Amino acid sequence: MTSSKQALARSATSADAAPGSQPGAARRADGRGTPPPGPGSWRSRLYRWDMKASPYAFVAPFFIFFGAFGLIPLLYTAWYSLHNVQLSNLDQQTWVGLDNYKNLMSSDFFWGALQNTFTIGVISTVPQLLMALGIAHLLNYKLRGSTVWRVVMLTPYATSVAAATLVFVLLYSWDGGMINWLLHFIGVDPVNWRESTWGSQFAVSSIVIWRWTGYNALIYLAAMQAIPADLYESASLDGAGRWQQFRHVTIPMLRPTILFTVVVSTIGATQLFGEPLLFGGVSGSKGGSEHQYQTLGLYMYDQGWIIGNLGKASAIAWTMFLILLIVAAINLLINRRLRKTQ
Amino acid sequence: MTTSELTPPQAPMDAAEKTAQVGSGRRRLMGAGKQLHAGPLTYVVLAVFALVSLAPLLWTIVAASRTNQRLAETPPPLWIGGNLFKNLQSAWEEGGLGTAMVNSTIVAGTITVGTVLFSTLAGFAFAKLRFKFSNVLLLLTIGTMMIPPQLAVVPLYLWMSELGWSNQLQTVILPTLVSAFGTFFMRQYLIQALPGELIEAARVDGASSLRVVWHVVFPAARPAMAVLGLLTFVMAWNDFLWPIIALNQQNPTVQVALNSLGTGYVPDQAVIMAGALLGTLPLLIAFLLFGKQIVGGIMQGAIKG
Repeated sequence: MTSSKQALARSATSADAAPGSQPGAARRADGRGTPPPGPGSWRSRLYRWDMKASPYAFVAPFFIFFGAFGLIPLLYTAWYSLHNVQLSNLDQQTWVGLDNYKNLMSSDFFWGALQNTFTIGVISTVPQLLMALGIAHLLNYKLRGSTVWRVVMLTPYATSVAAATLVFVLLYSWDGGMINWLLHFIGVDPVNWRESTWGSQFAVSSIVIWRWTGYNALIYLAAMQAIPADLYESASLDGAGRWQQFRHVTIPMLRPTILFTVVVSTIGATQLFGEPLLFGGVSGSKGGSEHQYQTLGLYMYDQGWIIGNLGKASAIAWTMFLILLIVAAINLLINRRLRKTQ
Repeated sequence: MTTSELTPPQAPMDAAEKTAQVGSGRRRLMGAGKQLHAGPLTYVVLAVFALVSLAPLLWTIVAASRTNQRLAETPPPLWIGGNLFKNLQSAWEEGGLGTAMVNSTIVAGTITVGTVLFSTLAGFAFAKLRFKFSNVLLLLTIGTMMIPPQLAVVPLYLWMSELGWSNQLQTVILPTLVSAFGTFFMRQYLIQALPGELIEAARVDGASSLRVVWHVVFPAARPAMAVLGLLTFVMAWNDFLWPIIALNQQNPTVQVALNSLGTGYVPDQAVIMAGALLGTLPLLIAFLLFGKQIVGGIMQGAIKG
């Protein structure tokens, strides 16, 4: 932060000075338009100074905003997580040490939310990325109207989260819902998508899958198109069939991209909030009548703003962050292992 | 901000050009999936996925044109009815979508302008300028992408209450005005798209940094600025967690309004669907106009350089 503060101070002066440093001024100073002029003149000093300070001025807005609205709040959240802060009485903040965290560890709802986040994360991420790989592979053929196909696949991404969830709620409704009606056609009994545990978790996951599969397919497609064609040629000369080429050329070449999408989807899954909140309707923040799809993000919102315990909400936020860091570390380790075995 | 919209940390490249190269050197090799024309089965499978992608949206229009009673009956309606404009009007007025659309446009528009401007400036510095600590600062920028938004909302909420800013749009705008992803995205683009000679030439003419940015960097960055602008707009329009905490029914964004519409105790499903349609319409329009660029932008960010 200090460097960007200095940069800001500097940037203010360099911005003030900038209008004075126009070529016109230079011509007045030495009669030629060829700066930088001789050393020691105020103009060349200004010029050198502008060169030095301007990079800091350019990165300053990002760091100032991030500091004020990201970093400082992050530290404050840690501070609040060690206090009793109630929504009904914001002025009274009493120190309670690790009580909020102990409270969490002994709460069934916390462990439930952790389990739900994990389950929904897995059943939304794994099929999504596998389907995205398949779609990318198909889009990689020479297609008629390839751009149209790509745009269509990406349309769900351009749908508002709330709108998509509300539509899916209606599609999944118990009686008169489209999904149960279609199931009845193939002779399956209607499923209570809202109340049953696996049903509701699947339904929430399906919204995530619907919105993100096309997006990830495009990322894979881009990576596939960057694979040199001669790799495939030599593989086919070696007698590799199409499936073998996919397994031994495409997948290994896509490994960094796949790892990347796994990391990003994992981060997204950890923070899942909007979909389950709206899926639950009136009992949204509870994640269903039995908390069956209450994710960590929902749990935090529920504790903080529905129940009104902001200290506990802060503790949940920090716990989520620690979980993310652990997941990231595990990812790194797996990646290293994979590299070694190659 | 959500991290889901990240693109991989790799140099951008023109995907279309790449395809062209691959296509021009086409030889019908047995088994080389790349150069092969798609068979009928490929089209069938893709058509199924395309249908699944579009069906919920198309059905939203059907549901929004019906009545609440009709939507509760079996079988569900499959064709458009006559109630669309009545439901849209109800959602706009009673559902608060009117205010919300204006608010979301202001919020997402401001965030987009801020993010694109600040990301281009910082991205340019990281891509082309040498300065002390640049590597450390860049790593720090990338590191901030890991931080979940949940980590900031409690203090932000408390400060907002103290400032008396509850329910005002600036509370939603300010915390999301810069983006680590945007900064990184612009850096990756400018490394490639901005020749050092151009900057040097301007420098030799004695141009100040601000003039260089205005006359050299902005023109070179324009295509990436457009793509980043579109991605940011979608992201800001969809932001959920912070707006729902910071704003209430009286002054909602679209997501907040849809949330209260969906959690109403006497829900009229047809009006809710009309609201959903309204709330996603600006994104869909932007997407119909610039879908090609968005596709290109996502793919560009994804290619390993």
